[in-house]
Amino acid sequence: MSLSLNMSLLAAVIASSILSGTSLFYATLGELVGERAGIVNLGLEGLMLIGASAGFAVTASSGDAYLGLIAAALAGSAANMIFAYVVVGRRANQLAAGLTLMFFGLGASTLIGRPFVGEVVAGLPHFGFGGFGSYDLLVWLALPNALGFWALLFRTRWGLALRAVGEDPAAAFAAGKSPNLIRYQALAIAGALGAIGGAHLALALTHTWDEGMTAGRGFIAIALVIFAKWNPLWALVGALVFGGAEIAQLELQARGADVSPFLMSMIPYLLTLIVLIFWGFNHRAAAPAALGRNFFGVE
Amino acid sequence: MLRQRLQRAAAIALAALVVFGLILVIDGKDPLRAYHDTLVYVFGNRYGFSELLVRMSPLILTAVAVALPSRLGLINVGGEGQLYMGGWLATAGALGFPDLPAWLLLPLLTMLGFLGGALWALLPALLRVGKIVNETISTLLLNYVAPLIVSYFIFGPWRSEESSSYPQSPAFVPAARLPTLDGTRIHLGLVYSVICVVLYGYVLARTRWGLDMRAIGGNAEASLRLGIPVSAYVIAAMMIAGGIAGIAGMVEVSAIQGRLVAQLSPGYGYIGFLVAWLAGGSATAILLMAFLFAVVSSTGDILQITQGVPSAVINILIAVILFIVLGQRQRPRAAS
Repeated sequence: MSLSLNMSLLAAVIASSILSGTSLFYATLGELVGERAGIVNLGLEGLMLIGASAGFAVTASSGDAYLGLIAAALAGSAANMIFAYVVVGRRANQLAAGLTLMFFGLGASTLIGRPFVGEVVAGLPHFGFGGFGSYDLLVWLALPNALGFWALLFRTRWGLALRAVGEDPAAAFAAGKSPNLIRYQALAIAGALGAIGGAHLALALTHTWDEGMTAGRGFIAIALVIFAKWNPLWALVGALVFGGAEIAQLELQARGADVSPFLMSMIPYLLTLIVLIFWGFNHRAAAPAALGRNFFGVE
Repeated sequence: MLRQRLQRAAAIALAALVVFGLILVIDGKDPLRAYHDTLVYVFGNRYGFSELLVRMSPLILTAVAVALPSRLGLINVGGEGQLYMGGWLATAGALGFPDLPAWLLLPLLTMLGFLGGALWALLPALLRVGKIVNETISTLLLNYVAPLIVSYFIFGPWRSEESSSYPQSPAFVPAARLPTLDGTRIHLGLVYSVICVVLYGYVLARTRWGLDMRAIGGNAEASLRLGIPVSAYVIAAMMIAGGIAGIAGMVEVSAIQGRLVAQLSPGYGYIGFLVAWLAGGSATAILLMAFLFAVVSSTGDILQITQGVPSAVINILIAVILFIVLGQRQRPRAAS
C-alpha cells in the first residue's frame, strides 16, 4: 500500500471516528448525568432509538435537521419521564424499568420511523471552524458540552446537590435538598442527551432510518460511563476511542480485509468488555455510592 | 385475597390494552379487530392454542435463567446470548454426528445446548466473583457477540448449499429433531421447560442448596462467614442459568427451525427477564407470566399478518404492561 493511500485511509478513519464517537459521546453523557444522581438506566438503547427515529422523521418531513434534533431531544426527554416516574415516583426496580424502557423504545421507534424507511436525508449541515475541518454542529459542541457538564456537575451548587443525591440521598434530603426533584431533573436532561446521541447517528452518520439501527450502542455507552469513571471529560475521550474502533473495523471491511465481517463486528463489544476488565483490575469503586438504590426517605 | 389479585391483574391488562389500542388508533389501525383476531386465533382452535404452548417454552426457560441467579442477588441479563450459544453448540453436535440414533443424539444435543449456554455465562460469573466487572453489563455486552458467532458460522463454514439467498445451516437429520405431538408443533421442549421450572421451585424451597442460595441473596458477607462457599455458588448458579437458556436455544434449532438460522430468537432472553421479574422468582408465577407474554407476542404476529403492523410494535404493549405494573407498587426486592 502506498504512503498516500495510507494517509487518506488515516484521514478518513479519523473523520469518521469523530462522527461515530460523537453519537456515542452524547449517549454516554446522558447516562452519566443520570448515574451521578444515582439512577442506572438500561433503557438508553431505547432512548437512542426514539431519538434516531423522531429526529429522522421530523428532518425528512420538514427538511430542517435542526428541527429534527430538537424533536429528538424533546421525545427522548418525554420518554425518559415515563421511566423517571416509575423509578423515582413509584420507586420501582431500576433495572426492570430500564429494560422496559428499552422495549418501549424498540416498539415506538419502529412505529415512528416506518413511513421513512428507505428515505435518505441530507442531515446536519457541515461547516468549518478555525481550520479544523468541516463537521456538524454536534461535533463542534462535543468539547464545550464535556467541559460544560463537567463544570455543571463539579462547580455548581446544583451539581453538588445532584452528586450528593447520587452518593447518599438521605443525607442530601437532610441537608434540605429534594432527591426526587433532582433525580427528575437529571433524567430529563439524560433523556434529551441519549436521544441526541441516537439522532446524530441517523442525521450525521447513516442519513437513513432503519429499525434497531443503534445495534447495542446504548449498552456500549453504559459501559463507557464506567470506563469514564463518571467524569464527562473522560466520557469524551472514551467515546472517541470507541467510535474509532468501530470505524476502523468498518473501513477495513470496506477495503476488503480478509476477515469475516461478523468477526469484525464483534470488536466494539469485545473491546468494551476487555477495557472494563482491565479497568476493573486497576480502578475500584468510583461509582456513586447510591447508584441503583431508590430513595424511600420521607415516610 | 386470590380474587383481589385476579381483579387487579384484569384491571392492569385492561388498562394496557386500552393504552396500546389508542396508540394503534393514532397509527390508523383497528385495535378491536386485532384483539378479536387474537382471541379467535389463540382460543378458537386447537392449532392456535398449541402455538401458544410452543411460544411459552423459551419464555419459561429464559425466565428460570434469570430467576435462579436472582436468588443470590445476581442479575443475569444475558439470556439472549446464552440462548444463541446453546443453539450454536447443539447445531455443531447435530451436524457433527448425523449417524447417531435419535435416543443417543437428542440427549447429546440437549447436553451440548446446556454446555453452550453455561460456558457463555462462565466469563461474567468469573468477572463477578473477582469483583472485576459487574455481571449486568458483561452479560448485556455478550448478548451482541453471540448472534454474530452464529451469523459467522451460517454465512461461512456451516452455510447450506441448498439455498444461497437465505443463509442458514443445512437441515438437521430426522434423528436430531425433537419429537412433536401429532398435528401441532408442540414438542418435547415444552416438557424440558416444565421440568426446569419445577426443579427450580423444588431446589429453592426444599433443599439445602436452596437454603444456602437464599442465605447468600440475603447477606453474602454473613453467608461467607458461616462457611457457605459463596463464590462456588455464584459460578454454579450463573452456569446452570446460562445452560437453561442454552437449552432454549437447542429447542429452537432442534424442534422449531430444524437448522441454525440467524434470527434464532425475537428477544426471548429479554422477555424472559421481564417474566422472571414480574413473577418475583416464584415458579408458578413464571408459568402464568410466560403464558401471558405468549398471548401478547401472538397478538404481535396477528397484527403483522392481518394489518401489516411491524412485529416490533408489540414491544410497546409489553412495555405498557410493565410500566403499569412497575407503577403499581414498590417491591422491596425482586431482581435486585
